[in-house]
Amino acid sequence: MHTYESGLKEEMQHQSELSMTINGVPKSRTVKPWVSLLDYLREYLDLTGTKKGCDHGQCGACTVICDGKRILSCLTLAVMKEGSEITTIEGIAKDGELHPLQQAFIDHDAFQCGYCTPGQICSAIGMIAEGKAKTRSEVKELMSGNLCRCGANTNIIDAIMDVQKGAGNE
Amino acid sequence: MQDALAKINISQKHRAVAGGTNLIDLMKYFITDAAELVDVNTIPQHHAIEELPDGGLRLGALTTNAETAYHPLVESRYPLLSKAILAGASAQIRNMATNGGNLMQRTRCYYFYDVNTPCNKRTPGSGCAAIGGYNRTMAIMGTSEHCIAVFPSDMCVALAALNAVVNIEGPDGDRQLPFADFHRLPGDTPHLDNNLKDGELISSIDLPAEGFPQHYSYLKLRDRNSYAFALVSVATAFELCDTGISKARIALGGVAHRPWRVTEAEVFLNGKDPVRVNFEAAADIILQGAVPFEHNAFKIELAKRAIVRNCMMALDPDTQLPGAQPSH
Ligand SMILES: Cc1cc2nc3c(=O)[nH]c(=O)nc-3n(C[C@H](O)[C@H](O)[C@H](O)COP(=O)(O)OP(=O)(O)OC[C@H]3O[C@@H](n4cnc5c(N)ncnc54)[C@H](O)[C@@H]3O)c2cc1C
Ligand code: SF4
Ligand code: FES
Ligand code: FES
Repeated sequence: MHTYESGLKEEMQHQSELSMTINGVPKSRTVKPWVSLLDYLREYLDLTGTKKGCDHGQCGACTVICDGKRILSCLTLAVMKEGSEITTIEGIAKDGELHPLQQAFIDHDAFQCGYCTPGQICSAIGMIAEGKAKTRSEVKELMSGNLCRCGANTNIIDAIMDVQKGAGNE
Repeated sequence: MQDALAKINISQKHRAVAGGTNLIDLMKYFITDAAELVDVNTIPQHHAIEELPDGGLRLGALTTNAETAYHPLVESRYPLLSKAILAGASAQIRNMATNGGNLMQRTRCYYFYDVNTPCNKRTPGSGCAAIGGYNRTMAIMGTSEHCIAVFPSDMCVALAALNAVVNIEGPDGDRQLPFADFHRLPGDTPHLDNNLKDGELISSIDLPAEGFPQHYSYLKLRDRNSYAFALVSVATAFELCDTGISKARIALGGVAHRPWRVTEAEVFLNGKDPVRVNFEAAADIILQGAVPFEHNAFKIELAKRAIVRNCMMALDPDTQLPGAQPSH
């Protein structure tokens, strides 16, 4: 059986101190080098809003915003993000007010089980910031990295289109 | 640079990690092993996109796929490349994936991913489960009795059509490989995807000045509309003049162990009218040597139709849809 530890040099088994800014707050923890950013958020920081769907880059449930860009936290190692600013679903409401996308998801009934929702919303925030999608078909294409197993896709796109218009992107 | 490489000491055991989107995935499946990962993102020279004196463009190996596809010079001078990149993976993955990593990505053959089955690419000498197995997504050209896998990149199909050049740095010095010589056919060494040697790194990719910004198209056919690997994809670029086609480039993805180009078909189109019958004849030339397996014969007809359709689309890029879908 392979284990990472057996293949690793002694020194690599050592844990290292890792610092990032998560949702505006500096956080440090001691981690092993092979911990994914997703596991770091969920298991070390108890930020379980970010979901593990597939752990292989195929579903988008683990999407977070890293230094302003939407990425998949399951396919990056926490130690590779030393010094980064990470925003998760827990960090997007401001002063007790829902983020416009959170409100739009409620208004449009854009979820059923809700498992894909944090990833959908973080991804949509990233997409709107990128400013590349104008039409509905462009939004669908640039949101295709977030699967919804419940099939709420039509309402999800409706919700995003609403906020997109408000952001002057239409 | 040599200093950085000496320190980095890249090898089978000390692997470079760039975006991580392929390597970390394969390590989680215990397909790729490494004693140590070296984060190469810290090499600043490999991040730039810069103009070359001959009118070409240099794409840093560590520049992300998204930065490349949306770069104003790529969008305006090499829109074919931009479209091909944007047809691959998802927006999140393209924000992470690097240009060097895209060239180095491994096959998506299901048996390669299943460590319980024989696979010469994963475990040399163990056999090939795909040949007698379920081989719908496998290659129809350039296969060997040892491996029938396809190379899954979209970006590389456009790079092949554009005659890109790969710049390489290594312990024995720098070298360049024309794109056509970078990826290998499986032959009897299917564990080798390309001709990069142990210890070498891709530093950048050069695009020649000729970018075909007027007449180009990338078409990707797959099992769902987006976020899926190609069954067949085509990159087409034309230069047109009063008397017809003055230059043609056609590269296929999803059909072989590397992007597939047949010069004979491109030469055939030179001087011809840009019309369907000529595109059909070119498609026949390209697929001439195709050899199907039990479940993938459909790819031959699909590839021919995709070539014809994409040639038509290349004549009128304004009509193209997001996501490299068929538009006519
Ligand atoms: C769900 C999913 C869907 C995808 N769909 C598509 C698709 O439709 N089309 C498509 O084209 N791609 C697709 N991809 C693949 C994606 O494009 C690649 O994973 C990505 O391009 C790899 O780049 P990276 O920087 O993340 O590489 P890494 O994972 O960091 O590295 C991959 C390999 O390249 C080596 N490497 C990295 N940089 C260099 C360098 N500079 N020199 C030498 N070696 C280097 C590494 O050592 C490693 O062996 C998909 C991936 C996923 C997870
Ligand atoms: S086709 Fe190639 S990658 Fe797939 S099982 Fe056969 S040897 Fe392995
Ligand atoms: S958990 Fe990361 S993409 Fe599915
Ligand atoms: S709401 Fe259930 S997966 Fe999307």
